[in-house]
Amino acid sequence: MSMNEFKPKIVAFCCNWCSYAGADLAGNNRLSYPADVKIIRVPCSCRVNPMFILRAFQKGADGVIICGCHPGDCHYTSGNYYTRRRMALLFSMLDYLGIERERTRLEWVSAAEGAKFSQTMNEFVEAVTALGENKRLEDLRCKE
Amino acid sequence: MQRVTRDVLVQKAISLLSAGTVDRVLGWKAGEFSYDVTPYVFKDAEALKADFVFDDFCGANFSKYLVKECGKSEGKVLVFLKPCDTYSFNQLLTEHRFDREKVYAVGIPCDGMADITKIREKAEGISEITAEGDGFCVKTLYDGDVKLTKEEALAERCLNCKSQKHVAYDELLGEEGEVIDSGRFTGVEALEAMTPDERFAFWKGELSRCIRCNACRDVCPACTCEKCVFDNPKSGVENKAIADSFEEKMFHIIRAFHVAGRCTDCGECSRVCPQNIPLHLLNRKFIKDINGFYGDYQAGEEAYSRAPLVNYTTEDIEPADAVKKGDGENA
Ligand code: SF4
Ligand code: SF4
Ligand code: SF4
Repeated sequence: MSMNEFKPKIVAFCCNWCSYAGADLAGNNRLSYPADVKIIRVPCSCRVNPMFILRAFQKGADGVIICGCHPGDCHYTSGNYYTRRRMALLFSMLDYLGIERERTRLEWVSAAEGAKFSQTMNEFVEAVTALGENKRLEDLRCKE
Repeated sequence: MQRVTRDVLVQKAISLLSAGTVDRVLGWKAGEFSYDVTPYVFKDAEALKADFVFDDFCGANFSKYLVKECGKSEGKVLVFLKPCDTYSFNQLLTEHRFDREKVYAVGIPCDGMADITKIREKAEGISEITAEGDGFCVKTLYDGDVKLTKEEALAERCLNCKSQKHVAYDELLGEEGEVIDSGRFTGVEALEAMTPDERFAFWKGELSRCIRCNACRDVCPACTCEKCVFDNPKSGVENKAIADSFEEKMFHIIRAFHVAGRCTDCGECSRVCPQNIPLHLLNRKFIKDINGFYGDYQAGEEAYSRAPLVNYTTEDIEPADAVKKGDGENA
């Protein structure tokens, strides 16, 4: 793959109640976001074990984004507050290990924010494209 | 030399055994060499008199042994705890990992424990180590006698000791110490000041030496899961299959993350690592971040306190800002 046509593979973990519905709304409103964003639906952003994120990188993701309900709006009352703490620590640790901080992101997207969903994804893909392929967390055994 | 002597501990143990307060004693016993002291369960006075050891190589933290030892009989087990061990003791209590009623804890003062790796760096072919004044005399096969000050032989965790105060015990031998500030985050700060490329290179150099022996996990008082993720062959990192950057990081990030907020910084993981990987630099990064993001928290300081990762406030820092704060950009 030459660098000019590098299209990053993005994994987006979206909570069922807000962000997944937000993605749906983006689709209904014909707002576009790159097709390389693969959405994985989770019951709550809090379901995202840090292992999932590393696993995504292992299997070839170039960027991983987690989307959940806005703070205060969690379907399960407080799941996203735990997510926020976990991700703050995990992202900071990844950065500490020298892994580009732009490869991971946490965003709050409600079911009504189709436009925000599409904009967030476009921005994220752009940022990851600028970084290029994920080399620092790749698993050679998982390469094609 | 330690302030409390072996004989004082043996006396204490024997008197508690004969009074029936406890029916066994978790203590240290000589290993193959004088410096590889090993944990052991003593059941009677004879064994204690013959084999009990207490010297500068008694680094082992006994808290974790209580998890398995507590259920083994109806009686109580006597455990000797150094100040740092008492934090792990409290943390395990918090997590309901052993029955407090089944333990009799005796706090003992600690003057810092020696690390054989440090001594090996300075003396090759060790045949015997004896305490001499405030340091050691190391008999070697090639270089004759090598004299070391205690400081030169001190374990990393003791150089950065966070507390001389016991936070849990039934009885205390000697005088109570204090919580100290030994600047244990300077190593983390030095790394934070580097560029991402330098950090990546640093960690690659360190983590690629890992042989995935799991000793760091096995010894850790915060790692008491009966089924560990890393025992799952599907984890992809259950043994060292290939030296790529993912596999190394996966294990180390997840291990450190699993103990984040619960790690008392007892220093056992770095002590036992056969490859001398500075695991404390990972653990302390989490501790430092937690302190910076959510307010100072010392795991194990208070039993039954709520760990930061099972807690939240509605005003917590967002991850994007946290990452910036983490490297001191807008600290
Ligand atoms: S991670 Fe290391 S320092 Fe922390 S509790 Fe476990 S063994 Fe002790
Ligand atoms: S590494 Fe994680 S799963 Fe394994 S024992 Fe430690 S805390 Fe438990
Ligand atoms: S003790 Fe050291 S070599 Fe063994 S698994 Fe842990 S880091 Fe790797």
